[in-house]
Amino acid sequence: MADLTLATLAAQVFTGLVLGMILVLLAIGLSLIFGLMTVVNFAHGSLYMLGAYFGFFLVASTKSFWLALVVAPLLVGVFGLLMERFLVRRLYGRSIDDPLLLTFGLSLVLVEAVRLVWGKIGLTLDPPPALAGAVNLGFTYFPLYRLFVIGVTVVVLVALLLFLEKTNVGLIIRAGSRDPVMVRALGFDLGRVWLLVFGIGTALAGLAGVLAGPMRGVYAEMGVTIVIESFVVVVVGGMGSLPGAIVAGLVIGQVVSLTTLFAPKFAEIMVFIVMALVLLVRPSGLFGEAGLME
Amino acid sequence: MRALTGWIAGHPVLAFLVVFAVFPFLVPYKALATQVLIYGLFALGFNLLYGYTGLLSFGHAAYWGLGAYGTGIALAKLQVGSLWLALLAGPALAVVGGVVIGFLCLRRRGIYFAMLTLAFAQLLYFVGFHLADVTGGDDGLRGISVPPLVLPGVRIPLDTSLAFYYFAFALVALAVAGLKRILDSPFGAVLQAIRENSDRAVACGYDATRVKHLSFVFSALFAGLAGALDALRLNVVPIESLYWSTSGQVVIMTLLGGAGTFFGPFVGAATWLVLEDRLAVFTESWPLVVGAIFMAFVLFLPKGIWGTLLARLGP
Repeated sequence: MADLTLATLAAQVFTGLVLGMILVLLAIGLSLIFGLMTVVNFAHGSLYMLGAYFGFFLVASTKSFWLALVVAPLLVGVFGLLMERFLVRRLYGRSIDDPLLLTFGLSLVLVEAVRLVWGKIGLTLDPPPALAGAVNLGFTYFPLYRLFVIGVTVVVLVALLLFLEKTNVGLIIRAGSRDPVMVRALGFDLGRVWLLVFGIGTALAGLAGVLAGPMRGVYAEMGVTIVIESFVVVVVGGMGSLPGAIVAGLVIGQVVSLTTLFAPKFAEIMVFIVMALVLLVRPSGLFGEAGLME
Repeated sequence: MRALTGWIAGHPVLAFLVVFAVFPFLVPYKALATQVLIYGLFALGFNLLYGYTGLLSFGHAAYWGLGAYGTGIALAKLQVGSLWLALLAGPALAVVGGVVIGFLCLRRRGIYFAMLTLAFAQLLYFVGFHLADVTGGDDGLRGISVPPLVLPGVRIPLDTSLAFYYFAFALVALAVAGLKRILDSPFGAVLQAIRENSDRAVACGYDATRVKHLSFVFSALFAGLAGALDALRLNVVPIESLYWSTSGQVVIMTLLGGAGTFFGPFVGAATWLVLEDRLAVFTESWPLVVGAIFMAFVLFLPKGIWGTLLARLGP
């Protein structure tokens, strides 16, 4: 560690921040969907992967990264709508495990389908020319594209929180996750709200996929490890808690990134150790309320 | 047919002995019979937890893998000469894993539990991956030779597939009888009471967390024994033994066959293995087909093959 300078450390903190942003996008979608309909979407990682492949396809056919950045998450969101309407909806009222099992099956199908369509070899998705190169942050150089990822995520998160806090639909969503029976009794069609939230959550996974593509590569198995890490983020933050997902996502991002710097072999393991520690000290997660949504 | 399913459901251990005594001669090749036996045992252990206790574990690869590595390391690295000692090491390691991980995962209920089991199994996978000196890492643990079976007065080499099949058959039969004993005991009744209504079981004065934990450990024991047998069958422990796909495989097998039924796990293991065997000839994308079949089962046949048969024909 003799060559450890402040600049390396800072660069690594920024890298962790970028990873954290991707995790937050995934965990918020998982948490929203779970909070409202107690569905754990195991296929969330596959939708992330699908987002990256749609992004690749759109960039290849339209030559525009910007178009892909907007359209690919929308396509994944539409896929999510279809998923809720035709698959997950059939399972409401059954065991809480059944949607998890169904989406697990779907994730196997999606990974193989993508291999059939785009081949087994990983693809590369280039960042747009405008975002190539690095910027001088004063103490270190950092890839411009990664700063862009941080910016996009912050904008999306702020928009999402405003939507949930300030709009009528957001109010119904929050009320629905508290007390669905009462919301129904007041005459709101929760089925449409569920559909919408499933669409938003999956579109966020798609966005995470397009954003991650240029940094982490595009391959069929890309969603597997990260969905498990996102589960960890949700557990650490507290299921159904949006602030929890954000804080835990950023913390886990730093944990991975800094362990990679100091003890690379432990990078993947540390995530789970942090989770075990949180479970021991605060079983309901950092922001979770004990007993809520068990 | 109704009489037959009724008899099988009424005498599960006897039925197991009859079917699997002749099983190797009913399937195209003997290796498949051994696989059905071992994966059936794995699914049996998973079923104790999911089917009978109502706890969905998505991390049973951990105990299968610990069982396989425990026995494999005893034979390949520690040069243990005794088959029994080596066979003890794997399941013992799986039990230790079950005690620790079960304790942590049972701090949360419901859907959290599934995610936590998955996360801890993945932790073990990465540990196995990086501890290459002990586990062989990415290449898997190689060089496992199976010592001969030594019983009082006899010494039987297990080098033919039929000899190994009947060795595994004897051990799995013991496990099946053990599971039957567990399910018929008062403890087994409490397990099923917890599955039906955990709060009510607690109100009746049972320590639900302790009972669940014990069920978790028994489940890990069966999975560990299955993993240990698989290490002997393959003579190598691939790193995938600990990977999440192995956890998914046992979930699929059990649900295809019928969770919460005694024979469902064996029916499911046989179905998966035959499907894999047949489909792999036609297409590399066979997991796509298996995944789609699994989705159809979750949606339309949640009781699985054996469970639906039982429900239709009645025991």
